[in-house]
Amino acid sequence: MSDSAFRKIALDGLWNNNVTLVQILGLCPTLAITTNLVNGLGMGIATTMVLVGSNLIISAIRNIVPGEVRIPVFVLVIASLVTIIDMAMSAYLPDLHKVLGIFIPLIVVNCLIIGRAEAFASRNNVVLAAVDGVAMGFGFTLALTTLGALRELIGFGTLFSQANLMFGEGAKMLTINVFHDYPNMLIAILPPGAFLTLGMMIAGKNVLNARAEKRAALAARVQASSEAQTAI
Amino acid sequence: MFKKLLISGLLLAVFAGVGTAAVSFVHDKALPRINAEEKEHLLETLHQFVPPETIDNDMYSDTIEVRDKALLGTSDPITVYRARKGGAPVGLVLTAVAPDGYSGDIKLLIAIRYDGTLSGVRVISHHETPGLGDNIDSNRSSWIESFTGKSLRDPAEDQWHVKKDGGQFDQFTGATITPRAVVKAVANTLRYYQMHRDELFAPASEKPHE
Repeated sequence: MSDSAFRKIALDGLWNNNVTLVQILGLCPTLAITTNLVNGLGMGIATTMVLVGSNLIISAIRNIVPGEVRIPVFVLVIASLVTIIDMAMSAYLPDLHKVLGIFIPLIVVNCLIIGRAEAFASRNNVVLAAVDGVAMGFGFTLALTTLGALRELIGFGTLFSQANLMFGEGAKMLTINVFHDYPNMLIAILPPGAFLTLGMMIAGKNVLNARAEKRAALAARVQASSEAQTAI
Repeated sequence: MFKKLLISGLLLAVFAGVGTAAVSFVHDKALPRINAEEKEHLLETLHQFVPPETIDNDMYSDTIEVRDKALLGTSDPITVYRARKGGAPVGLVLTAVAPDGYSGDIKLLIAIRYDGTLSGVRVISHHETPGLGDNIDSNRSSWIESFTGKSLRDPAEDQWHVKKDGGQFDQFTGATITPRAVVKAVANTLRYYQMHRDELFAPASEKPHE
């Protein structure tokens, strides 16, 4: 296992093959939940936990499951896992469950989980599958948190509101009023705002990528011409 | 070919079996804890409205079930938790439903003192629009606390509306339907209480009002 394999997985998850911005998977929870930064973060964390677990199990059983029935087996594994996590959390971590509990049933229908099971975990060993789960989960969390932050900022002019739901009462002071006397812009909070903001984020990522490509091409040309000069 | 089918089918059955077994195992292990956790949480919520030092009965077990679709918003039986001191009624806590929220039922926990004033209202569950209607949630705004201390005499019964409808209670910018539904449900619950107060505090052995 080389470092470059891990690096590729990490880069894919966080940027090059980001679940939300590139694969555009799991849009239902993405669009529904991200009305503020804290919700996006919560959904991201809950999904990452499930994703790592399901990637681990699916990678471990990949050699004994025949191809014809792999999808129903994956569905069984994921549904069981999510149910178990939901129940175990409500029994042993009730406070955390109160915060993340509403997100967990939504994860069953997130095609990100089965997408990674099919595209990665069922073809790679357990270590790589776990790393992929972490990387993809972080990428998802990052995208959701950004989307939530943008919508909250545009909609209400605040950031980190309701952080107390996740980090306890002390976190109430985390809430930042970025603009004072902000006239709320409700469209950002309502469903259309989710689509518009996500669209802008994808466009922004494409612009950054195009710029990086152009710069790389330019650097290559400069390199080539300087080599040509030294040859003369 | 046939053999392959058989193996696949069997494997699928094995996974279904293992999955179900794992889920039911965790369920068995976790259920008592979940129930205990829920009971504790409920008691904590009940005691928020009815301080434990003002009562001497076990509210969690001193309950009756009532049913009134028109005033309590649901045709399901509703559990009423009664608080007493020295046998005399102190107050009660019940869950009512506001059936006409913007999207679906809003479940409310309503605590009423014996004299008919509200000692508090909380939203238990709702599906209102995030950022708009969900300000009824005590986590998001203090609006719901405006009910504390109110009764059908104060404000007068015809003032139990949101301001937009000529009443006393604030609505939210961009969301009138949600607070309107909550105000109506709380007023209806108070009306129900007024009509049935004695039955509501009747000892548990008697069959209460249906």
